[in-house]
Order: sequence, then structure tokens, then C-alpha cells
Amino acid sequence: MNDILILIYGNPIAETIRENEILFPWIESLHVLAVTLVIGSIALVDLRLIGIRALNRPISSISKELLPITWMAFLVAAVTGALLFTSNALSYSQNFHFLGKMILLGLAGVNMMCFQFIIGKNIDSWNHYQQLPTSARLSGAISLALWVSIIFFGRWIGFTLEPVLAVS
Amino acid sequence: MQNSALLHFCYYLESTSLNAVIQDNLWIVATMQSIHILAIASVLVGVLLINLRILGIHGQSEPIATVITRYQALIWFALPVLLITGCIMIVGEPARSLTNPAFQLKMLMLAIVILITLHFQKTWRNNHSYAHADLGNRLLSIVSLALWIGIVAAGRWIAYA
Repeated sequence: MNDILILIYGNPIAETIRENEILFPWIESLHVLAVTLVIGSIALVDLRLIGIRALNRPISSISKELLPITWMAFLVAAVTGALLFTSNALSYSQNFHFLGKMILLGLAGVNMMCFQFIIGKNIDSWNHYQQLPTSARLSGAISLALWVSIIFFGRWIGFTLEPVLAVS
Repeated sequence: MQNSALLHFCYYLESTSLNAVIQDNLWIVATMQSIHILAIASVLVGVLLINLRILGIHGQSEPIATVITRYQALIWFALPVLLITGCIMIVGEPARSLTNPAFQLKMLMLAIVILITLHFQKTWRNNHSYAHADLGNRLLSIVSLALWIGIVAAGRWIAYA
């Protein structure tokens, strides 16, 4: 495992990001921008699922409107996040908040799959519903809680990251 | 901008007991920053949907006015949250923020983008047509998106500038 991390740490892109003073903050800015759009768009869908917001609009049209934004922003967040990770792979991989964030991300993914393929597979038949079935409302609440935690964990990485030297 | 009045104000903030409390409890700044980011998320998604509609890229099945009415609350409810969490961060670390060029640029961009947002709301308050936005407003909407990107970037750069 450590060998792989050292390999990641030593790749030319990682070196460039580490050694260039302005690259890291710029990638970080892009990461924040993308992450806020991911959670902002997901939260609007979640709030409709829970039954707090936009009750007079069908969930199917809300998710159709917002999901393209979510996925595009997620792609940018994942790429910039990976770049930030490589620049300091050893430190991140030992950081509690980074690992926690990755686990929460995984859980959010599982929750989304459950909604996509089980709970919400008849989403179009809910078009005239104001309040959705309990399972859908629960799914929205779990998603929102996970994504808010992801933001908190992500911010804490910056306060707890400790330098780990790549000495093999 | 680094005049002596501003510096004196920073020293004053640094002498307050609230500053000491924030300095002694790392979790306060971390929590304020996290809430700040969540509020930014609310603003950005609202701003993006409104501006993409004005540009004619997204959501054309509805009039511009409908989209503005639906999403403007995301901006205006989040701004007070941003103001409060932002002020707490400033009291905690006044010199890191107030005298920081990145912070000052961020405030300037914020002032301009708020004016543009108000202008959009005024323009489409009584205009519920499906007509395209004119060139001027489409350009303004590109400026608005660019300013919000700049605001987020400047916010992150406060930590480095």
C-alpha cells in the first residue's frame, strides 16, 4: 500500500503541484467551487424528497433539471480532488477526516443507488404527489445528512493534515 | 488598502474576549467555515440556475421570471448566514482577513454581483414572457457567473495571500 502511495506521490503531476506555489490554491478553489455545486444541487433534490421545498413540483422534473449539474460538478470535484490527493498522498491517506470523507462519499453513493434502482424506480408515478413515500423521504434525509457531513469532514482535513515524508 | 485606521480596528478586534475564545477553540473557526461553505453552496446553485436560464442554456421550458422567483430565496437566505459566519471568522483572525488583498477583492466583487442580481430581479419582476434576454443582460449574466467564481476563489486565497 505504502509503495503505491509513494509512487503516486512521486509522479510528475504531484511534484509539479507540490513545488508550484499557486497551483495548489487554484486547484483547491476549483474543488470548493465544484463541491458547493454538487451539494447545492443535491440538497435541492433532497429537500424535495423530504418534503420541505417545492412541494408543487414533481420530483421527476426537479431531478431532471438538477442532475446534469450535479454530475458535471462531481466530475470536476473528483478530478481536482484526485490532483490534491496525489500532491500529498501519504499525508492524506493517514488523515482521519480524509478517510472519513471517503467513507461518507461511498455511503452517499450507496444511498443514491438504492434510490435509483429500488426506492425511486417508479419516480414518474409520483408526479401528482405532494409528500412522497416514507422510504423516499428517508433517502433524501440520509443523503442530505451525508453531504453536510462531507463538507464538515472536508474542511477539517485542512486543519488536521500533518506532513508525512515519503521515505522508503 | 492597509491604512492605519483599519490596522487599529484589527488591533481592537484582537483585544476582544470573543477573539480570545475563537483563538482558543479551533472547532469554532472550522465550524464557521463549514457553515460558510454550505451557505455558498445555496447561493451558487441559485445563481447558476438563474444565470443559465438568462443565457438560454438551461431550463427554457419556463419564463426567466419563474426561474428567478423560484431560486432567488436561495441567494437572499444564505447571505445573512454568510455575513454572520464571515464576521465571526473576522473577529477570530482580523489581520488575516481585513487587511488581506484577497479578502478586499472578494468584498468588491460581492458588492458588484449583488447589484447585478438586484438588476436582474428588477428587470424580470413584471416580465413573464418567454422572450430571450437581450445581449446586455446576457453579458451581465456572464459577468455575474465570473464574479461568483472569483468570489469563491478569492475566499480560498485568503488562506494564502
